[in-house]
This record gives sequence, C-alpha cells and structure tokens, in this order.
Amino acid sequence: MSLALPDGSEQLLAIEGRSLWQDAWRRLLRNKAAIVAMILLAIIAAMAVLAPWLSPHPYDEIYWERIQAPPDFANQHWFGTDGNGRDLFVRTLYGARVSLMVGILATGVSLLIGVLYGATAGFLGGRIDSLMMRFVDFMYSMPFMFFVILLMVVFGRNIFLIFVALGAVEWLTMARIVRGQTLSVKRRDFIEAAHAAGVRKRKIITRHIIPNVLGPVIVYMTLTIPQVILTESFLSFLGLGVQEPLTSWGVLIAEGAQQMESAPWMLIFPASFLAVTLFCFNFLGDGLRDALDPKDR
Amino acid sequence: MLDLLLRRLLVGIPTLLVIITVAFFMIRLAPGGPFDKERAVTPEVERNLLKAYDLDQPLLTQYGRYLTGVLQGDFGPSYKYHDFTVGELLRAGFPASVKLGSLALLLAIVIGVSLGAMGALYQNTGRDYAVMTLAMTGITIPTFVMAPLLTLIFGIYLAWLPVAGWGEGGWRHLLLPVVALALPQIAYIARLTRGSMIEVLNANYIRTARAKGLAERIVIGRHALKGALLPVVSYLGPTTANLVTGSVVIETIFGIPGIGRYFVQSALNRDYTMVMGTVVVYAVLILLLNLLVDLLYNLLDPKVQQR
Repeated sequence: MSLALPDGSEQLLAIEGRSLWQDAWRRLLRNKAAIVAMILLAIIAAMAVLAPWLSPHPYDEIYWERIQAPPDFANQHWFGTDGNGRDLFVRTLYGARVSLMVGILATGVSLLIGVLYGATAGFLGGRIDSLMMRFVDFMYSMPFMFFVILLMVVFGRNIFLIFVALGAVEWLTMARIVRGQTLSVKRRDFIEAAHAAGVRKRKIITRHIIPNVLGPVIVYMTLTIPQVILTESFLSFLGLGVQEPLTSWGVLIAEGAQQMESAPWMLIFPASFLAVTLFCFNFLGDGLRDALDPKDR
Repeated sequence: MLDLLLRRLLVGIPTLLVIITVAFFMIRLAPGGPFDKERAVTPEVERNLLKAYDLDQPLLTQYGRYLTGVLQGDFGPSYKYHDFTVGELLRAGFPASVKLGSLALLLAIVIGVSLGAMGALYQNTGRDYAVMTLAMTGITIPTFVMAPLLTLIFGIYLAWLPVAGWGEGGWRHLLLPVVALALPQIAYIARLTRGSMIEVLNANYIRTARAKGLAERIVIGRHALKGALLPVVSYLGPTTANLVTGSVVIETIFGIPGIGRYFVQSALNRDYTMVMGTVVVYAVLILLLNLLVDLLYNLLDPKVQQR
C-alpha cells in the first residue's frame, strides 16, 4: 500500500506508509479470532465460486424421486434436497454467491458515495459542510427499510436494484465517519504543505485526504458487508429478493422455516452458513479495528 | 428545551411530507394496479371502479386529495379489504403492534443494559465472555432465523408455548414474539453499554467517588451507570426504527394481528391507500420516538445543556 504523496517526496514517504500498514497487518495476524474468520470466509468464498464443480448436481435440476429428502451420501445430496427436489448443497453455495455478491457490491456503492461525500464535506468545511451534513441527518430520519421494501415491490425483484438500494441506504454512516476523519486529517501539516505547494483542492482530496482516512473506512466496510447480507436475506425472506430458480440464503431460510418440522435440514444448513459468514465478518471487523486503531499505536 | 422541541417539530413536518410524497409517487408509478388480479371485468365496470376510488383523476389531483385527507385524519378506503377504511384497519391493528413493540423495547433496554454492565464489571472473566458471546450471537443471527428456531424449540419440541397466534395478547402468546424481536437489540445495547461502561469505570470521577469511600453500589448505580448510558440513549433512535422494521417480520411469522403484516402484503396487492397508511403511521411513530430520544439525551448530557 503506497500512500499518495506530493511529487518529489514520493519515495521517502512511501516507505513510511508501507510500514504503517504492515504494522496493522502484523497486529491483525496476532488476533486469532480474526485469522480464523479470514480463513473461514476464504473457504466460503472459494466454495461459492467453485460451486458448479463441487457437486455433481446442477442448482436448478429437479429430482422428482427425491423431494425433500434428508442428507444422503449415496446420491451425493450432502445437505439433502429442498421442497422441489433440488440439491440443497449446491443451492446453498449458489445462495452464497448471491449473498456475498450483494454484500460486496452494495458495500462498494456505499463506499463510493460515502467516501466522496464525506471527504468533500469535511474538506470544504464551513457552511457547505453543515449543509451537506444536515442533508445526511435528514436522510437518517427516513424510515429507509420501508422505502427499500417499496422499491422492491414496485420495480420487481431485480438483483441490481437490491444492491443499489442497499448501497444508497448504507452510505450515510460512511459519510459521517469519513467527514469526521477528514476534519481531523486536514489540519495536519502535510496537507498544509500540499496547499502551500499549490496542489489543487480536488487533488488534495483524492490523493491526500482519502488515503489517510482509509483505516476507519476499511473497518466500517467490513462491518457493512454483513449488515447488507443481513438486509438482503431479510428482503428475500419477505419474498422480495432474488427470483427463482436463482436463490439466496434469505430465500432458502424462508423456505426452510416453513418446513422446519418435517425437514429441519432445509433451515439448518443455510441458516448456519449465513450465521457463520456474519460471525466471521464481525470478528474480522473487530480485529481490524483493534489493528488499525490509532489509540493503540 | 422548549426551543429544541419546537425546532425539531418544525423539521419533522417537512420530513413527514417528503416521506409521504416519495412513498405516494413510488407506489403509484409502479406497474400494475389494485384491481389487476381480480376477475376480468368489462371496460365499463373498470371505469366505474376507478371512478369510485378517484383513480381516474390526474395523479397530482389524487396526491392533493390524499394529502388533504390525511391532514383530516382520513386515510381513504382500502382497495383490498372492501368495506373497511384504512383508518379502521390501522386502528384495529395498532394496539397489538404497540404492545409488541413497547414490550420488546423495554426488554431490550433492561436486559441489554444489565448484561452490558455485568460484562464491564466482570471484565475478562467467564461472565464477561458469556455476555459477549451472547451479544455476538444476537447480532449475527437474524430475527427471521431466531423466530422459527425459538418456535421450533419452545413451541414444537418442548410444547411449552403456543406456536403462533395472539390469543387476546396474553403473556404466553406474547413471550416468543417479544423475545425474538428484542434479541438483536438486546445484543447491540449490551455491547454498547459494556464498551462505554468500561470507559467510564476508568474515568477520574469514578476513582474520586471510590476514593471518598462511597459504597460500590452507589459508585456503580449513581455515577458510572449514568455516564455509561449516554451512548445507549443516543442509540435508542435506531433501536426503535429497527424494532419497527423487525415487527413486520415477527408479525408475519407469528400471525399477530398488528399493522406490520399489512405492509408487505398491501404493497404486493397494490393496495395504495393501505400502504400509504402504514407508511404514514410508521413514519410518525419513528419521528416522534426520535424526538423523544433527543429530548432525553438533552436531559442527561450536561455538555449539551450548557449550550
């Protein structure tokens, strides 16, 4: 990781920047919970990507003779089958694809809007800042979940819409964090030096402010991903998420909850995948916070 | 104090207006209408139907009429539940929703704060780890997983409590939905309280209080807790919003005759007035509760008072 720097001093400061991030990395590696979380997440992500090759069954193939069958190794239905006779293992992994993708993309949307907005407000300061933040406060007081639900109902189930809508909700906190961080960074000497050197404002924001507020942003990002995954599952649970035959954890859990007396595996497997993923992101986020917390430096 | 109250009320009115406007045009611009799914009708009948509900007017006229109606407390007729006005349906569902929500809020605050305080007082002991594990579990396991699980365990396997239903709101019917709704909030509040309590316990004024020989009970109860509760109070705004959203799921899962279960169903049915009615009620509720939280925060935080 090299920090963006004023011309000429590139090399000298780049070394310092690397050591800072290496420091955090080393501290993170000492945190056992965070390591386990990272490994588990990597495994789940790999399984999601490799889903078609991990099981002989396609995700939308219906086996009429094995409807709602319990886990069964002879036919390689490791997690059993669902109410339509489709292999639950493959469907859980395809659900992971959707859930992880929505989580990451929606967080990306929120990151983009939040960082630009927050950095601009914090950097410009004064009346523009208070106006921009007033707008964020105003947006906060909106019952957003209701708008998201309405949006899904109104424009139909569309996976693009899901992450745009969720990203549009989640950027608010990101903007607040970035603004606060920017306010404290912008009084530092190296910003003043850039000003004095005649660097343009926009360049100062993108090359000096943003790289320096990255720490808290990364932490919050790790905590936003599970939030978004949870919200997507919530929408899917209400029947507003992705469309059949595609699936997500929320859809699988909703189906499993209806059949939990006769076919508990339909609830247990997707629910534990969801829970483990959320656990891991939260532990990783906590670990990152400890690793990047300037107080401990 | 009064100044703040007035200022916030003044901000609340345009906020509410924006919410109503966005929701109104969003649902109206959606493809499909409230009478699509019913049996095919002749064009003439359909015209009459639309006319009866004023749906043949230009959208802006309808919007104007709707706003005037809401101002007079008239939410219009429901398109799906014939013979009922939206106002009647909402009034009928309101008590159950409020009972569910307020009990869950109470539970979340009482249990969350006590657990968090316990975690902080016994920091890094078995009790602390137990609290933190519970909090992490509550945060990561979503309501819609927790509710079926609780039902499975206590309703079906153990058969201690009814699986669903309302039963006049007796405690046996209330217990599972309230707990399922409150759990994530208990978890958040416990984590918040623990964090701020640990910070406060290291503060100088606590050392002073101990140094002058106050009983530990008073140090904790009167001095530490008050300081530690500030972040919790400021989190109560989002808590209420989350409880309101969560109640949509909980009411659906447990079949509780509240307002929440109408929301999604009505939106899917394009029952315009019903959707708008629920949005308005929820928006007002959230805005009022946020206002209340702000006032409470003002009362508690000496820093804000000085201004």
